[in-house]
Amino acid sequence: MSGRQEDLEPDGADVAPGVIDAAEETVREKIGGYLLGLVLATLLTIASFYVAGTSLIWGPSIPIALAVLAIAQIGIHLAFFLHITTAPDNTNNILALAFGILIVVLVVAGSLWIMDHLNQNMVPMDRMMQMQR
Amino acid sequence: MSTSSEALPQRHRRDIDPYRLGRGYGAPGYGGGGRDLPTGRGEGGPASKRVIVGFGFWVFLLSDIVMFSAFFAAHAVLQTATAGGPSGRDLFDPSRVALETAFLLASSFTCGMSAVASSVRNQLWTQVSLLVTGILGACFLALEAYEFTQMIHTGAGPETSAFLSSFFAVVGLHGCHVTAGLLWLGTMMAQVFVKGFRPNIQRRLLCFNLFWHTLDIIWVALFTIVYLIGEGR
Repeated sequence: MSGRQEDLEPDGADVAPGVIDAAEETVREKIGGYLLGLVLATLLTIASFYVAGTSLIWGPSIPIALAVLAIAQIGIHLAFFLHITTAPDNTNNILALAFGILIVVLVVAGSLWIMDHLNQNMVPMDRMMQMQR
Repeated sequence: MSTSSEALPQRHRRDIDPYRLGRGYGAPGYGGGGRDLPTGRGEGGPASKRVIVGFGFWVFLLSDIVMFSAFFAAHAVLQTATAGGPSGRDLFDPSRVALETAFLLASSFTCGMSAVASSVRNQLWTQVSLLVTGILGACFLALEAYEFTQMIHTGAGPETSAFLSSFFAVVGLHGCHVTAGLLWLGTMMAQVFVKGFRPNIQRRLLCFNLFWHTLDIIWVALFTIVYLIGEGR
């Protein structure tokens, strides 16, 4: 296709996130990549909304199924929309992402864990009311 | 020693970019006569400005995601703290959430189309796809604003319970990001129209694309944790 970008990278160099790696990719191929991402993300979204409302699955397992579907969809978004890959030219982007995920997991899982323990060690609300009397 | 620009293979010539940070590196006559191409990993000088800007903005977005994770953690902890008030089951409308999700996912796709169009410097399709992205984003925001006003009118405002405080905080924060994204989108359309596809405008388009796709990623976590899991509580 005509109209190359001014600052394409030499082969083997790092790429910025969001940049489609293969510079020689045609417009049709680029659009195809986004379309594939859209279709997969739509399917996973439909699955999420179906799972949330279904009685076919054992109730307590639904939140876990939803979490798995959400993580899969986030992966689809990262790969097809943000063009984060595992290629050597993406090392910096992947490492930053991995550190971000580490912090997110620490904050969310840590908060839930600590607050759950605090709740278990709390005096139950009805006993608390009696004590105040 | 110095080779003329015409004799160099294609990839050497396009490396000579006036917007490159490490100007001169890799240019013929400089050092190794064009062999020192920057790889972004220390060899051959600094990476190009596009890589540095894109990576820097990626790090910012990850820090934004870390900030969101604190709001998500607060909401996950307080999801059952309804203080006798309404719970998610009473308040959430799955079909409206599905519609919001559809709007945002479609806008993410059209935003990707604007990236394809701007990569081949097509003014018309860049503007059209950015406009569609903005309209879909505005539809999403309108639905969210309608949901918020409806909840506040029925007495389920953020002051009712800890659950609702954290709900309005995390959903409202995402809504603020979408609003900021819409303003940015408007300025990007104007800049592309007036200034064309200069390298600095292309870099801004790249950052906008990353921002908009990241908002969709946060929405995936949001509709799963807040709405779908919250509905079952």
